[in-house]
Amino acid sequence: MTDPLLSIRDFSVVYDVDPPVAAVKNVTIDIERGEIVGLAGESGSGKTTLAYGIQRLLKPPAVITSGDVVFHDADGEDIDINSLGVEEMRRFRWDKISMVFQGAMNALNPVTTIGAQLDDVFLIHRPEMNRTERRAAVVDLLEIVKVGGARIRSYPHELSGGMRQRVMIAMALALRPQLMVMDEPTTALDVLVQREILKQISQLRHEFGFSVIFITHDLPLLLEISDRIAIMREGAIVELATSEQIWSDPEHEYTRSLLSSFPRLTGEKGVVVR
Amino acid sequence: MNAPAENTSTLVQPVGAGTPETASVLTAGLSTVKKKTFGSQLRASLAMFSNPKSATGLIIFGIFLLVAIFAPWIAPYDPTAQNLSATLQPPSFQHLLGTTHIGEDVFSQIVYGTRGVLVVGLIATIMATVMAIVVGVTAGYLRGWKSESLSALSNVFLVLPALPLMIIIASQFQDPPLILIAAVLGLTGWAWGARVLRAQTMSLRNRDFVQAARANGEPLHRIILVEMLPNLMAIIASSFVGTMTAAVLGLTTLAFIGVIPVSNLNWGTILFWAQQNNAFPDYWWWYVPAGLCIALLGVALALINFGIDEYVNPRLRSAGERARAMKKKGMDPNAAVTQVRPDLAAGAGVRSGRSKSERSTA
Amino acid sequence: MSADTSTTVGPGPDSRNPENEAVGVQAAVAPGLGAAPIVAAPVSGAQSDAVQFDPTLVGTTATKAERGGSRVPWRFIGGRVLFYAFTAFAAISINFFIPRMMKGDAVQAYMAQSRGLLQPSAEKALRIQFGLDNSTSLWQQYWHYWGMLLHGDLGISISSGMAPVSEVIGAALPWTLSLVGIATIISFVVGTIVGAVVGWRRGGRLDFLVPVTTFLGTVPYFWLGLIFIAVFASLLGWFPAGHAYELGVTPGFNLDFISEVISHAALPALTIVIASVGGWVLGMRNMMLTVLDEDYITVAQAKGMPDRRVLWRYAARNAVLPQIQSFALALGFIVGGTLVMEMVFSYPGIGLLLLNATNAKDYALMQGIFLVLVLAVLVANILADIAYAILDPRVRETEA
Repeated sequence: MTDPLLSIRDFSVVYDVDPPVAAVKNVTIDIERGEIVGLAGESGSGKTTLAYGIQRLLKPPAVITSGDVVFHDADGEDIDINSLGVEEMRRFRWDKISMVFQGAMNALNPVTTIGAQLDDVFLIHRPEMNRTERRAAVVDLLEIVKVGGARIRSYPHELSGGMRQRVMIAMALALRPQLMVMDEPTTALDVLVQREILKQISQLRHEFGFSVIFITHDLPLLLEISDRIAIMREGAIVELATSEQIWSDPEHEYTRSLLSSFPRLTGEKGVVVR
Repeated sequence: MNAPAENTSTLVQPVGAGTPETASVLTAGLSTVKKKTFGSQLRASLAMFSNPKSATGLIIFGIFLLVAIFAPWIAPYDPTAQNLSATLQPPSFQHLLGTTHIGEDVFSQIVYGTRGVLVVGLIATIMATVMAIVVGVTAGYLRGWKSESLSALSNVFLVLPALPLMIIIASQFQDPPLILIAAVLGLTGWAWGARVLRAQTMSLRNRDFVQAARANGEPLHRIILVEMLPNLMAIIASSFVGTMTAAVLGLTTLAFIGVIPVSNLNWGTILFWAQQNNAFPDYWWWYVPAGLCIALLGVALALINFGIDEYVNPRLRSAGERARAMKKKGMDPNAAVTQVRPDLAAGAGVRSGRSKSERSTA
Repeated sequence: MSADTSTTVGPGPDSRNPENEAVGVQAAVAPGLGAAPIVAAPVSGAQSDAVQFDPTLVGTTATKAERGGSRVPWRFIGGRVLFYAFTAFAAISINFFIPRMMKGDAVQAYMAQSRGLLQPSAEKALRIQFGLDNSTSLWQQYWHYWGMLLHGDLGISISSGMAPVSEVIGAALPWTLSLVGIATIISFVVGTIVGAVVGWRRGGRLDFLVPVTTFLGTVPYFWLGLIFIAVFASLLGWFPAGHAYELGVTPGFNLDFISEVISHAALPALTIVIASVGGWVLGMRNMMLTVLDEDYITVAQAKGMPDRRVLWRYAARNAVLPQIQSFALALGFIVGGTLVMEMVFSYPGIGLLLLNATNAKDYALMQGIFLVLVLAVLVANILADIAYAILDPRVRETEA
């Protein structure tokens, strides 16, 4: 735990409406290189706002009101995300931190092929690549996520929900980012497909070594895949600990109530099979 | 994201593509929780007129309506009274909008013309709206080929060029009565409303509260009258207004071409005579006011419809309003990068300097 | 994200369904009915196979992959062809039955109108043409009418020196097609582009365009034309006031004539563009506002796409689809308005011809014009359909 990738200090987000609403309050957390950090909490706890906020992806009237987000790049450079200009931010995005969105259905542009949408990423961020190189890279990505390179000319509606989510993962993987933010990536999928996607995510993480911020309200799922879990409530992190600790020895009362709110099918504690 | 939604659900929602799960406020009060009756539903749906745009439109429309009703009291002259000693007079206190080539008072013609436009326009619109409701709601409620063929029928009427059809039908008669002109305008104007109503009925039919009413064994007429019709009011109103616009344009155009007997005085007829007697471009008072009246009535109707549109689809309203509100606060509504403004949280007194120093220490 | 909102919200997003609900006869073709139907089940054969594989055997689907976009949307085409055939049939039938609505004897009136140019013996032919031949049944008349149409025989025009209607229309049609066609396309393209930008910069200074274009859209075409003639032709003398070319000029394919034609067409075209552009601006702006809330816009921004690319490639590219559907539907209305423009500008196209035919009570010519207009609108609709099918891959999706 000595090699932080992303340091979030005293991070707050306010929706500047009347009256202003504080959505994230003074959050401090470090994301280590290569770890999976789970963000759990009920809807409205600010977990998604936090995840979007650290990449400055929130639309107005959201405003970041305090704190720093520092990205410790693999090449040794520290990047203060909150002080980046628009153009720097644009180049930073996806290159260093990418995202897998909830419900891949609407996350893909319905009128262009998935190949073109993957290609877009290279076209903008890797202008030195030529057309054949880009195409090879796209096919490669589709193979990695097991969608298959032959699907390069498919449209989103021609793919199943699981396939679309794989395409999103491929897209997130494109520039080999050091951090992936996953916003409920499996929520809209059925259980079997969900399993597959999770399996794939953890395989890819082993292979490429990126860190993951995994957002879900599904605490059992988080317990299974995360190294550490942050429990959020009303915009603040109420508990941050390893999965084992959260599972075996939850400190905060809210964590306990969250844990107890999930039905235990087997009757014993081990809902989750690792 | 939803924190504000749950704690302060009556607040303006921080909506935006970057803030998921926040689109839940779009219901706009169309479906009320209280026990529904036709009356209460109707009252609730009147809310669609209670925004500034609709209200402005309704006021302008109301003024035209009053002018039409009280035309004999407002108009200083008989609109067809000739006064050969005062032909082609420019506007003056005697003749507010001047006179025609045979000394008719243009202002009086406009006033009486309002009546001609509104009477025919309203009759046509009512006919078209009734037809649109019958065809549209039926097509929306039915399923299968019956629904498809009704839909095809309205699409056919939508695609057929209405104006030439009107010209041809109207010109088949030596002296077409007003009711016939209204009928022709109505016949060519119902299809759009029917199409939109069908789509909305189809979506309503599968909505939870309609399903629930059906499961409760409510009779069909109650489902349609109490559950569905009030929810269709906005669409009906909007198609009424749209049809009215088209009917007014159609009527004045027909009158301008000279297909409608000149005895039916309306704004188009004034333009017809102006054109026939070479009023262009010198005698502007003869042809400008009539055209402006058509445009003003059209703007009024468009305003009513904007209001309804924004009521039905709050994104339209909120997008503009929110954007302006944000501009005021110095935010760019299109910004792809979230603003960093440390002053906001700390409130007055603490400026951005604080975060600078913090940043350097971090 | 919005996958679930589209089912939970009230009338909000649904209000665009009427727009999106597809021009088609079949709602099945509708592209924009929200995410639900697409989430529900994958569609064509290849994909349903794919889903039935053991989901743990990932990667196998790749071998079954089919190249997207190469399939022919037969169902879509079939539905549209049926629709066009039915519309043409309806228009022809309306044409057949309209003379029957007339009070009194149309043929007598027609003979009287012809001022002795028609021989009494022509009366019988006229009766057949108008379907007023009392000696045969209605059904037989109807068939006869169809037979005449299929031979391109639209009757004779008394107002044009007894020339065949088809010839008279044929001479006027190119003028209308070029003027109205080009002006309408310019208006659509300009309005759509401006609308996209206005929608993108919502709340910005460009918002003033919304009320301005609304006002221009509610002004009757013919009145705007009259005002433009008064201002630009009569007062300022910038443009000729009417006609397609000066009377002295002989038509021919030379530079003089072409520039003559362009200068004469400029003012009417400008009027059409200004009068009709507002609707496109407004429609596109509203669609943009809806589309800009979609997830793929956020994704594009998260991907670090430059604003221009997000605007055109992602937002406008999607918002233009309903716009094309409205275009097809609005054509009938636009054509009506532009015909009157021709009357105002004495432009020698179909509209002026229709006005002359109306004044002369030349029924055969009027009906012929109506038929030709319907066919022109249908052809334009087919073109819009093709454009739509090219731009929206989901059209190829059919009901399984």
